[in-house]
Amino acid sequence: MLTTTLIILPFLGAIASILSGRYSSRIALAFTVAELALAVFAYNAYMMNPSDALLTTNVVWSQTLGSSFHVSVDGISMLMVLLTGLLTPFIVFSAQAKPYGESQSFYAMVLAMQAALVGVFTAMDGLLFYVFWELALIPIWFICLIWGGEGRQRITFKFFIYTLAGSLFMLAALIYLYTKAGNTFDIHALYAAGNGLGGWEQTLIFWAFFVAFAIKMPVFPFHTWQPDTYTNAPVQGTMMLSGIMLKMGTYGLIRWLMPMVPAGVAQNGYIAITLAVVSIVYASMIAIAQKDFRRMIAYSSIAHVGLIAAGMMTFNVQGIQGGMVQMLAHGINVVGLFFICDIISMRMGTSEMNVLGGIRGVAPQFALLFLIVLLGSVALPLTNGFPGEFLLLNGLFQYNFWMAVFGGLTVIFGAVYMLRGYQKMMLGETNGRTLGFSDLTTNEKWVLIPICILIIAMGIYPKPILDLTEPSVKALIDGVASGWSAK
Amino acid sequence: MEQLVKFIPLFPLIGFAIIGLANRRLSKGVTGVLATGSVLASFAIAVIIFMNRLGGDGQAVTVTLFDWITAGNFSAKFSFLVDNLSTMFLLVITGVGTLIHLYSIGYMHDDDGFRRFMSYLNLFIFFMLLLVLGDNYLVMFIGWEGVGLCSYLLIGFWFKNIDYSSAAKKAFVMNRIGDLGLLLGVLLIFTATGSVTYDSVFAQAANITIPVVTTATILLFIGAMGKSAQIPLYTWLPDAMAGPTPVSALIHAATMVTAGVYMVARSSVLYMMAPISMDFVAWTGVITALFAASIGFAQTDIKKVLAYSTVSQLGFMFAALGVGAFTAGVFHVVTHAFFKALLFLGAGSVIHAMHHEQDIRNMGGLAKKLPITHATFLLGFLAIIGFPFFSGFYSKDEIIIQALAHKPIIGYLLIFGALMTAFYMSRLYFLTFMGKFRGTEEQQHHLHESPLSMTVPLMVLAVLSVAGGYLLQGYMEHNLTLGAAVTASTEIEEHTLHGLHNVMWGVTAAAIVMAVIAYVLYVVKGQRPSSDADMKGLEKTIYNKYYVDELYESLITKPLNSISSFLSNWIDINVIDRLVNGTGGGINALSGQLRLTQSGNTGFYIVAMVLGMALLVAITVFM
Repeated sequence: MLTTTLIILPFLGAIASILSGRYSSRIALAFTVAELALAVFAYNAYMMNPSDALLTTNVVWSQTLGSSFHVSVDGISMLMVLLTGLLTPFIVFSAQAKPYGESQSFYAMVLAMQAALVGVFTAMDGLLFYVFWELALIPIWFICLIWGGEGRQRITFKFFIYTLAGSLFMLAALIYLYTKAGNTFDIHALYAAGNGLGGWEQTLIFWAFFVAFAIKMPVFPFHTWQPDTYTNAPVQGTMMLSGIMLKMGTYGLIRWLMPMVPAGVAQNGYIAITLAVVSIVYASMIAIAQKDFRRMIAYSSIAHVGLIAAGMMTFNVQGIQGGMVQMLAHGINVVGLFFICDIISMRMGTSEMNVLGGIRGVAPQFALLFLIVLLGSVALPLTNGFPGEFLLLNGLFQYNFWMAVFGGLTVIFGAVYMLRGYQKMMLGETNGRTLGFSDLTTNEKWVLIPICILIIAMGIYPKPILDLTEPSVKALIDGVASGWSAK
Repeated sequence: MEQLVKFIPLFPLIGFAIIGLANRRLSKGVTGVLATGSVLASFAIAVIIFMNRLGGDGQAVTVTLFDWITAGNFSAKFSFLVDNLSTMFLLVITGVGTLIHLYSIGYMHDDDGFRRFMSYLNLFIFFMLLLVLGDNYLVMFIGWEGVGLCSYLLIGFWFKNIDYSSAAKKAFVMNRIGDLGLLLGVLLIFTATGSVTYDSVFAQAANITIPVVTTATILLFIGAMGKSAQIPLYTWLPDAMAGPTPVSALIHAATMVTAGVYMVARSSVLYMMAPISMDFVAWTGVITALFAASIGFAQTDIKKVLAYSTVSQLGFMFAALGVGAFTAGVFHVVTHAFFKALLFLGAGSVIHAMHHEQDIRNMGGLAKKLPITHATFLLGFLAIIGFPFFSGFYSKDEIIIQALAHKPIIGYLLIFGALMTAFYMSRLYFLTFMGKFRGTEEQQHHLHESPLSMTVPLMVLAVLSVAGGYLLQGYMEHNLTLGAAVTASTEIEEHTLHGLHNVMWGVTAAAIVMAVIAYVLYVVKGQRPSSDADMKGLEKTIYNKYYVDELYESLITKPLNSISSFLSNWIDINVIDRLVNGTGGGINALSGQLRLTQSGNTGFYIVAMVLGMALLVAITVFM
């Protein structure tokens, strides 16, 4: 029941926001905070008893279709739910200062999206997963289309079609598996069916899933919708996309792809991992050449997600666990970075790095918090970026030395583009434009200070996160090793 | 007693937190006392632990705080290792650290960013302590990257100057190149031994194959090249002189840059198994030592001369490690920390007196005006050139003797390096303190000795520079048995050793001759370096550091930027995205054709339907 409530609550919040007129921002915030509290409560319940009946709902949805409303959490799903619960309040809160901060429908969209995302992360039924997957796309499409920047129709259209096309491959794969599983969408039946397929079929299923997930993350060469969308969407939309939504892809890898077709992974995994590593290097290098800060963050996100994908697809404990921590860390950091970028654009009217400079001198508090987020992003030890990046590289290293070397270039390139950006915008003398840069407002501090505290706390003590997911990760690895025969 | 070690990094961390959070609510006086006091408290505990260990059995003790990163069979605990090696580093870091904090109170007092400066210094000490205290490679890596961050913050301390912040960025990025090597080395060690904790790695070292241990040690050493400024990753260190002088003394001379030496010494068990890596370390060290020393001949900025001298001395240390003289390498770290910190702080005192003048062409004759600075600088200078019974004499002799005994060619080259050192350091000393004053009237008028907070550290460091080598010689020999298992078999025979000691007296005499030559050139004959415009030929090349920065710029930075722009502006748009749009366009065109069939003509639909049904029937019948 608890998990179902976690999905329903934001939906109710969406409706309440629509109805609450000018109080919608506060109502929305209240719902997201309640959702976070509920997620923490669920986390506690899970830690006390991982098989707590409260955490699972399984009712037959359509007998003829062989589909059930089956939602449940293990450690992996729990982490994703916590990520969603944690970030949405910041995103909603930060919207208040924006022109659309008055709009009820904006908050309704964000909450509806949150509900769908929680659904994606907890669905244990193929059809249900697909429904939530597509459901999550609709609100963000409206958000981008209504409140995006210039040229939003074209950009949003591309984004929508691109991701939709990807999901169709996934749908085809799911239906194929469904027929093989004896007309059921139950995840374990699908696992068993997938494992029973021949090599050629597994290869096809592998690529069908991979393309869907790769577009969502995105991974090279499926990334070209992303920089435009991230720069064009209203910043809260970008936060939703980069902070949470792209994790649908990485989560999908670990929940729906890797356990489903191990032989397909064995045969094709190296190509996918290579693409992910290419993503890291390619996007990092492009990030170096960016002149606009927001676009730079967009590309840096491709690089970071590339490492998550590569490390998790090695399918060893270190790699997957690294991916787990990094999904949370990346979510926090990228929301922080886009928020910082928005602070700059709102004050300066631009996030073009070359025309800025010297902000450090007039806004010391902002400079300090920016620096902390930056350090998290470049994975300095004792910030949240490090445990994940280290474990991911560890996993990649065990898979292949040279993959780790190339993937590890992110260590260097990350420092290059981030420090360059910081220097251009923050250091040096102020100019006519930046002279009037005012330091953080109280509301902005309410967003950035908690983010910075999380960055440091998670870096010093990542153990709770690792402990949360490790048993489930191991169960997944053992399940694959045994061909899901236990089930 | 070792349990107290927890407090050693804690105090500077608290100092950093209080100063950082309280900021302007604390007066400058309180800030200074708090920052210095926190490091002093750590020093006191380090001394207690050291004394206690002197009386004890000298066993290593591990103190665990909590599990840091655990995943599957990977585990890195937040634990500290107290043994003779880490204790030695603790003493140097907190001891020299305290003195430099004290000095900074005077040196930075009028700076607007005084509190920020002191808090960064505290944070640096915290990370440096973690670096040497960690009982595994990962905690060491926290410190390793943490000191890199502090170095970045402090080099770019005067952030309004864009050149300074570029120097800071360069230092961080170059270090990161090394860090990637280090990280990969650690991962290789983990894959080979299943652990990153020193104890268990070294216990299983015998099971690692030689190619693996060679690769791992070379990867680790790449990290050391970055952090300890060895060829080819050394160019950041001279630029790092953009930071305030106490930073140069603390971070870029006495402590952080020796982290690479610490790491290699700590991993001596692994290095001893890999002769190829040892050669690589030794040659990198000796080439760096000579190359950097040669640049020191033509520099005119007092801090730049000291910076290249630091690079060169670090080269000496690595040469020592590479010939298997780990203890000698660490010994030189300690004595170098004393005399190089002294020289930098002395240089700071000079710069302070000269109102930010750093060019030795505009100095001269400062001995009379700055008596304490001069006297202490002189002692530091004598220590670095290896004047008999000064600290550098003991450690440098030990390095050269060991090198001569194990890899003679390295030894000969190091002797050459020692003579070069004697010359360019003499040049620096004489041009700065002897002869006539060459600055402006106004500078001369304002020349003054520095306040007590600055001169007291100079005096303490001078005492250590003089006596440190003699005092620690015995301790080093008996208590730091690094790589001992192997060196025992190659123990130098007594009479050979005796012979080598005699050679060293010759070297020492030659070094003094170099100093005398410099005296004749720069004091008696009154020569001075050419002005920038007059430089030509070799002098100009050396003055411009052999144009290595320009070389890197055109070989690495520019191509990287061009490739990045090319990928961004061309490949991504014209290839990748065009493919995507092409696919979209293709589908569009196809559907455009298909759409024509949806003509709205009922007759056409019926025909199509009939044809379709006929086809179905045909298939069913004939299959």
